[in-house]
Amino acid sequence: MSSSATRLCFLILKERYGEVVASVACCLAKKNYCPLRMLSQDSGLKLDQVKKALCTLIQHNLVTFQQNKKGFIEYVIHAEKVLQQTRFPRYIYCAKTLYGDPAELIIEELLQHGQMTLEKVVQRTIDRLTEAMEGKQNVSSTLVKEKFVNLVQTHFVQRCTSPDGNVENKEVASMPVLSVSPEELYVVPKMELDGFESRKRKRSGEGSEAASKRIKTDESESSESSIFWRVNVSRFHQYLRDQAIVQAVASKIDKNAAEVVRAMLRLSEVKTDEGALVASAMTVTEVFQNLPREFGISKQTIEQYMKLLSEDSSEFVSKVSDSGGGMYVINFKKLITVLCRAHIESAVQERFGSKCFRIFRLLLMKKNLEQKQIEEYAMIPSKEAKELLYRMFEEKFVSLTEVPKTPDHAPSRTFYLFSVNINQVSRMLLERCYQACGNLIIRREHETKENRRLLDKQQRVDAITASMEQSGADPSQKEEIEQMITPPEKAQLTKIKHMTNKIEHSELQLDDTIFILQTYLQYAHMK
Amino acid sequence: MAGRGRGRGRGGGKGMSFSVETLGFGRGEALPAPTLQPPPLFPPLEFKPVALTTGEEMDYILALKQEFRATMKELPYYVKAQEKKKDIERYTDKYQTGQQDSSINWEPDWKRFPKELKIRVRKAAKIQAVVRPSLPKKTISRKADKDVLQTLEELEKKAVEIDAEKDEEDEEEKKEEDGEQEEEEEYDEEDLEEETDYNLNYFDNGEGYGMEDEDDNLDDGPTY
Repeated sequence: MSSSATRLCFLILKERYGEVVASVACCLAKKNYCPLRMLSQDSGLKLDQVKKALCTLIQHNLVTFQQNKKGFIEYVIHAEKVLQQTRFPRYIYCAKTLYGDPAELIIEELLQHGQMTLEKVVQRTIDRLTEAMEGKQNVSSTLVKEKFVNLVQTHFVQRCTSPDGNVENKEVASMPVLSVSPEELYVVPKMELDGFESRKRKRSGEGSEAASKRIKTDESESSESSIFWRVNVSRFHQYLRDQAIVQAVASKIDKNAAEVVRAMLRLSEVKTDEGALVASAMTVTEVFQNLPREFGISKQTIEQYMKLLSEDSSEFVSKVSDSGGGMYVINFKKLITVLCRAHIESAVQERFGSKCFRIFRLLLMKKNLEQKQIEEYAMIPSKEAKELLYRMFEEKFVSLTEVPKTPDHAPSRTFYLFSVNINQVSRMLLERCYQACGNLIIRREHETKENRRLLDKQQRVDAITASMEQSGADPSQKEEIEQMITPPEKAQLTKIKHMTNKIEHSELQLDDTIFILQTYLQYAHMK
Repeated sequence: MAGRGRGRGRGGGKGMSFSVETLGFGRGEALPAPTLQPPPLFPPLEFKPVALTTGEEMDYILALKQEFRATMKELPYYVKAQEKKKDIERYTDKYQTGQQDSSINWEPDWKRFPKELKIRVRKAAKIQAVVRPSLPKKTISRKADKDVLQTLEELEKKAVEIDAEKDEEDEEEKKEEDGEQEEEEEYDEEDLEEETDYNLNYFDNGEGYGMEDEDDNLDDGPTY
């Protein structure tokens, strides 16, 4: 892992789980595999602290463990999962748009706690929903459970690995062997859903007069369900990817085309498996049937749109055969490449201006060009073109290949070919994004630290006014308390708030770019 | 050798070891002056950054993010850094562990975590601190009496017959071990959980040390 990525990991973890966890994680990231004792030695932290940190990391699915040949337990950190933590708000938002408020809270709870049992999630969600509604409306647990099942069925939530049922083994082994069968990954057992009443009844039924005490103890026992659930990040990524594609189509062609693509993606969701580069083929009729009626697009229009989409330069959809009125596929890899290219191009444009952008696009189009050719094709005076080109070369957006005519590599007898390597540029940009994201976090921390006293004061005043409101105090008293913050302080506070908002906003938007770059690189690896 | 000579000769002539034209400078064109200063610390910004996208969606996500950040800090998963030592290490520090944060504030399902991560709560430590001082004294005094008698006896015996010594030594060791075991048991009751605590099991009051030495000397005696 690169240093900027490690730095970002550290900052993210520090913000979420405290400095101890962050430094343990970073030590682990440097080592790849590491046993407990060594970790405590390397990080210079107390053993108990390291243990605590590891527990937190394991709970949040960031660290896994395994036994090595010598019997030590080694811990492994998944740094990419740490980096994904910046995307949590987006996942929560996704859940909200797809399944509404209960789902939003379910996902939020799961993300906050890493792993949770169904019962706990449902309970906490209900609590929070009732709190939000101020008790005006009763939230039924069946509704929340239904949402949960929905999320599981659509693979947004999955089962955690759980220890083997082999009881004898468990007692002896120093670590549990965690596993989950792929069939069970997205299945909610009926037992969990029915709630625990049925189980309870069965148990207390066998004893003659179990008495209420007995039932109560039973309840506490059965609430310790062994099935834990967690958020399936890759499914969310798949959804975000699809969203990005639909958005791209909408901005390039029009809304109807976007709807057609959305219908196709929805169809492919069911058919294709997660890691597929190409969605399975579908006919126009299938797409038509899947398109919601309210758009009022006829079959002929869809055919035309299909043609349009497949003939577009970015080739959103490609035709694979003529059977069944034309079979179409969506090529994810190609599409993501197009998206990534667009991101890089816009980065070049915003960074170096439109003339550089022209040269860059020229290089993308023609692959390898000599300096002279660039000047000619871009129609930029030679001196300026050189300056622009070298600036991009300096910042590593453009790469150079030497092709010597003679074996002695004499510069006068060598072709210097400039080209753009998208893979390399996206890697470089990703690094910069990590760096920028880290900088943003540091800046935000710095701002809050500088103004800690003021922020604390505001918090206190808010708390006092809130408590006064509850007790029904005089409005004049309230005003008096509020006046404790002087006008200049107020101005400063709004300034801080504006600043942190802007910084966090940038973090989120930066994460969108990071997502596209990461997805592209992920697809580029799969061949 | 020849190569080096040629390079130097050329370099002296025009300042370049290759023709400048390949770089794109015309024949008569002046080369740019060498830069002797570091680039400015804050170069003027040529291109302003693009404004951030705004909208309801972004605002909502922003609120989500801020809320999430705030709640994460309050959850028990947040491990606070241990307080730094104020000035010097004190004797009493030893007895104040566990007051702060030796336990995990949340309850992991231990079926799913490696056992070694379990933090043993040292409640016993405090009781020990009260009880302990009287214990070793007793054993030491008791043992010392016994030992003195034993050693005297042994010395007598040894003086009489050196050959049988080895058997006795074994016995003696056993006895000693028994004595130590008594001690160990007493500790074990107090901290059954602390099986792995090496320091406690390895308790040596230093008595055996002199003894061994003596024995060694005696042992060595006959071999001369």
